[in-house]
Amino acid sequence: MVEQSIYPKDQEMVITTSQVNFFYGPTQALFDISLLIPTKHVTALIGPSGCGKSTFLRCLNRMNDTIPHSRVEGEIFINQKDIYAPGTDVVELRKEVGMVFQKSNPFPKSIFDNVAYGPRIHGEKDPKRLAEIVEQSLQQAAIWDEVKDRLHANAMGLSGGQQQRLCIARALAVGPKILLMDEPASALDPKATMRIEDLIGELRTNYTIVIVTHNMQQAARVSDYTAFFYEGQLIECDTTPKIFTNPRQKQTEDYITGRFG
Amino acid sequence: MAKHMQHDIDKLKAKIISMGEAVEDRVYQATLSVINRDPAKANAVIKGDREIDDMEVEIEEDCLKILALYQPVAIDLRFIVAVLKINSDLERIGDLAVNIAERGLFLAGQEKIEIPFDLSAMVNLAEKMVTESIDALINHDVRLAHHIRASDDTMDAMNREMYTKLKGMLLTDPDHVNNLMHVLSVGRHLERIADHATNIAEDVIYLVDAQIIRHTPELYDE
Amino acid sequence: MKTNNTADKFILLALRLITYAIVLVIGYILFDIIRHGAPALDWQFISSFPRRSGAAGGIFPAIVGTFYLVVGTIAIALPLGIGGAIYLAEYAEQDRFNTVIRLAIVTLAGVPSIVFGLFGLGIFVLFCGFGPSILAGSLTLACMVLPTIIVASEESLRAVPKGFRDASLALGATKWGMIRTNVLPYSMSGMITGSILGIGRAAGETAPILLTVAAFFLPRLPKSVFDQVMALPYHLYILATQHPEADRIRHMQYGTALILLLLVLGLSLGAILIRTHFRKKFRW
Repeated sequence: MVEQSIYPKDQEMVITTSQVNFFYGPTQALFDISLLIPTKHVTALIGPSGCGKSTFLRCLNRMNDTIPHSRVEGEIFINQKDIYAPGTDVVELRKEVGMVFQKSNPFPKSIFDNVAYGPRIHGEKDPKRLAEIVEQSLQQAAIWDEVKDRLHANAMGLSGGQQQRLCIARALAVGPKILLMDEPASALDPKATMRIEDLIGELRTNYTIVIVTHNMQQAARVSDYTAFFYEGQLIECDTTPKIFTNPRQKQTEDYITGRFG
Repeated sequence: MAKHMQHDIDKLKAKIISMGEAVEDRVYQATLSVINRDPAKANAVIKGDREIDDMEVEIEEDCLKILALYQPVAIDLRFIVAVLKINSDLERIGDLAVNIAERGLFLAGQEKIEIPFDLSAMVNLAEKMVTESIDALINHDVRLAHHIRASDDTMDAMNREMYTKLKGMLLTDPDHVNNLMHVLSVGRHLERIADHATNIAEDVIYLVDAQIIRHTPELYDE
Repeated sequence: MKTNNTADKFILLALRLITYAIVLVIGYILFDIIRHGAPALDWQFISSFPRRSGAAGGIFPAIVGTFYLVVGTIAIALPLGIGGAIYLAEYAEQDRFNTVIRLAIVTLAGVPSIVFGLFGLGIFVLFCGFGPSILAGSLTLACMVLPTIIVASEESLRAVPKGFRDASLALGATKWGMIRTNVLPYSMSGMITGSILGIGRAAGETAPILLTVAAFFLPRLPKSVFDQVMALPYHLYILATQHPEADRIRHMQYGTALILLLLVLGLSLGAILIRTHFRKKFRW
């Protein structure tokens, strides 16, 4: 359903999904999703509540595995490897594909320990190396200046927007190439939201980002490509300017103009 | 939220249509004043320009408000952009109608002269194009819009014919040069009105098909 | 017609009275025990063996016995209970089988302690051949307090927000790694609360130890887990009901009760301190 022609001819695709169907027990939530995610660009997934965009996102790092009786059909290739092939190391996958959640969930540890958690569980013990990683990640998440003098303070004392940027730093600390963001700014005030959006703009030079958002203006501001989901189907995917000035499908247009959903 | 926006968009549509109809009327009255040498009609058109200008300002402000408050996208956005441009074209047509009326005022005070070419045909075509352009907007009628673009060629041909005939008349009837120049002006104004009507038609095509079709004369099918 | 204000005031008053009544009753019990028991307390009472079948002397072996039993019970029940709770909260699916298991656990919590005593007699003392012993007694008491510990532990595991688990997994933790580093530390305080309740019951129940470990008089302290012990609740029971001089040794009875109370309070206090430490360390 998605034409390769919307992308420039030599655009590399870090994620390729083909005919993906997803089931929660007997209920089917995703129908034949074939979507390409171009490398080092921001792709936004939009659609009304319950349309499957978050479900699809969670398929990309196999977080749906934690849901009992769930099943995936079809193929998802990340860096040319089928991530649902038997014998796939899910731990390695999640090092490659990081995730930031809607409700920021910093651990009730110090800021340092939050960011160092990922590297530590993957075996990094050297304190100097850990300190380097923590500083780098906090820098990349544009929060280093605000916390560099209190790295050992409890992370729960940060504001909502700061906590979310901390969670981004934490995700970056394990060194992923792809960042999945599930409505990262929906619980934040406008100023904090703007900072997250600016951050996404900066991160896109080094990371591939897939962002689920129910805020269409945010998708318009932040993404290069936008995919519209409805009732478990991929209705349309195109460059963001095209989607918001002249989408091809009437359903897409009805949704983005607010006629429904 | 979409309800408020839809309501404002509907109101805007009604306003631009009513402005279109007012401008149509001005053109009709102005050309009548020339053909029938009727100074009263001419004056009415000249005085009525103020109203057209006020309508233009109001529509532009409404468009800005909708853009700022609702951040419309896709077809809604294209509609606002189209209305802004059509608004400006309509106001120019109104000004041209005033120019025609001024010529009519002058010619009414002169003795009647023979017009060697078919001014009425140009008048009718110009009026038809204006009317059709408004219809195309109301009905989102892309075929009609393409038809208007084709009519512009006819108008240009008539304009060239007018020049040729008038040049001939100037050689044979030099005493009436002044009046003939005014008639020439009227013809030119009509041609300009047709151009603006064509712009409106192209804006309608942009609105419906999202194709910006200006400057591509050959890109239409009939 | 009554206004809201009046109804509110009335309810507040009624609830206050009920609370005070409860506190009064408990306070009176405590007061009574302390009043009658305190005179019997002296170093000799705590540190020496009973003489004249408990009418004189001290209750030292009973203190030691109860202590051993509590330690034994917790040593068995806490790991099993926490392990079971982790399984139920983190690994088990929500199917019929596990619902039955949960139901069984909750039901077990309501089983009368004498039934546990008979069970312990049949299985641990006789069938396993441990004989009346600390081992049999601890195992029996462990069975008794296991439901409490499992339920309290499972609750505290469930109370840890899902967000911690998701974030941890998304960073590439294995399931057990996630539980170990990001769930267990935060549920510690709840689990310890469960163990506090377990301690209280283990120390104070008479019926389960009646048939599985307790003896009224032993000349020596236990040397191994296969020995019998004296225990405070049983000692108190015998002193108060079976002893020929029961009505003249009230002070011994009350003294035993007071010591038992203090022992339980002391153990609980220890657990509370540990819990407070964990609470501060892993606040969320």
